[in-house]
Amino acid sequence: MDLNAPHSMGTTIIGVTYDGGVVLGADSRTSTGMYVANRASDKITQLTDNVYICRSGSAADSQIVSDYVRYFLHQHTIQLGQPATVKVAANLVRLLSYNNKNMLQTGIIVGGWDKYEGGKIYGIPLGGTIIEQPFAIGGSGSSYLYGFFDQAWKEGMSKDEAEQLVVKAVSLAIARDGASGGVVRTVIINSDGVTRNFYPGDKLPLWHEELEPQNSLLDILSAASPEPMNI
Amino acid sequence: LNSKFEMAKVEADVPPKGGFSFDLCRRNDMLSKKGVKPPSYLKTGTTIVGLIFQDGVILGADTRATEGPIVADKNCEKIHYMAPNIYCCGAGTAADTEAVTDTISSQLKLHRYHTGRESRVVTALTLLKSHLFRYQGHVSAALVLGGVDGTGPHLHTIYPHGSTDTLPFATMGSGSLAAMAVFESKYHEGLSGQKEYLRNHLLPNPRTYVSSKGYSFTKKTEVLLTKITPLKELVDVIEGGDAMEE
Repeated sequence: MDLNAPHSMGTTIIGVTYDGGVVLGADSRTSTGMYVANRASDKITQLTDNVYICRSGSAADSQIVSDYVRYFLHQHTIQLGQPATVKVAANLVRLLSYNNKNMLQTGIIVGGWDKYEGGKIYGIPLGGTIIEQPFAIGGSGSSYLYGFFDQAWKEGMSKDEAEQLVVKAVSLAIARDGASGGVVRTVIINSDGVTRNFYPGDKLPLWHEELEPQNSLLDILSAASPEPMNI
Repeated sequence: LNSKFEMAKVEADVPPKGGFSFDLCRRNDMLSKKGVKPPSYLKTGTTIVGLIFQDGVILGADTRATEGPIVADKNCEKIHYMAPNIYCCGAGTAADTEAVTDTISSQLKLHRYHTGRESRVVTALTLLKSHLFRYQGHVSAALVLGGVDGTGPHLHTIYPHGSTDTLPFATMGSGSLAAMAVFESKYHEGLSGQKEYLRNHLLPNPRTYVSSKGYSFTKKTEVLLTKITPLKELVDVIEGGDAMEE
């Protein structure tokens, strides 16, 4: 097992707009090869008071990009004299991702609220395209969510509907994607400010008749072994 | 396509002189094709751990340094000093962990002189992660950084590629899985000081195998001296003599 493999966040990240703001959601697993290096990481990082990003891909690359953009945005805010817009934040991320595309391996979803455009989500995948979307999904777990969103997404949801959608989607992806796991974190950004929520494993719905959460495997082991199956 | 937009160049800065010099890579490649084996690194195949408890942070490490299958140092120091209130455990290539912790430790000292304040753990964290990211993982140092500053106790892990995590308990190195198993089963918030976690540290690696045949030199060896004279007897040691002059 290669513990020196680059730290990657095989991830599920989601950003969704709703009527009045955005909801960002992510799982919390950071893996080094097959080992889970951090089972409770926070992939939703703050850039400014009103703009947050979801990071996926290489942990080092995404942390560095977010640190640079936070720094540039801070300067920009001082020079501008008012909070930066989500569009500017997303474009700063895009410029770094695109101009360094040969060296970086990170997919980012930028989400926030500003007074000009309201809630906005921008997806910036590998390579550095920037695309403004009503909702964006990213990371390895997102493969399992395309069909789900095609069916479940609708315009003009309320804040609670949007958050429930995000939590449901991340937990579905966690159930199917080996590289996603842990807890579900959400961040809701709107004109009133920012709310962070945390959904530990036992609060998530079970999808595939998984075992009920146990305190110790010993409880299960001591149960009588089942009868052999007859075909 | 020469004139780009006038906006400030948003590219990452080119690292100052220094950075990884690839000049010798061609030569190394040629040599290895000719069958010359590169010198092996002194690797600390290691277990390093850290944990936040009630009053602060505890860092722990083993003391074995290996060179391939051989134990090169039975009692090496893997917990490096960074600042009076910050220490850093290092796993990976011994030279890299030493060098990177020494470098950042001296940068921190200069920073303390400059600001007139105690160093903060996040400062050390940022300096270390920027350094490691610049070298794109070629500086093979996996670190557990811990300390207590004005903002409270902090514990971070830093990986060779420059990513960091902030955790209440952390393990790194080849023994990290075993150590993490212990932490995951026993850790809880608000651990008190002494009793819970001290393990046997007074008896490092006792020599358990004693050959029944005893040890003897091969027949042809010429034994010159059977008595070992401590060097002190051969030299006059003047305590507190004049300081050396240039």
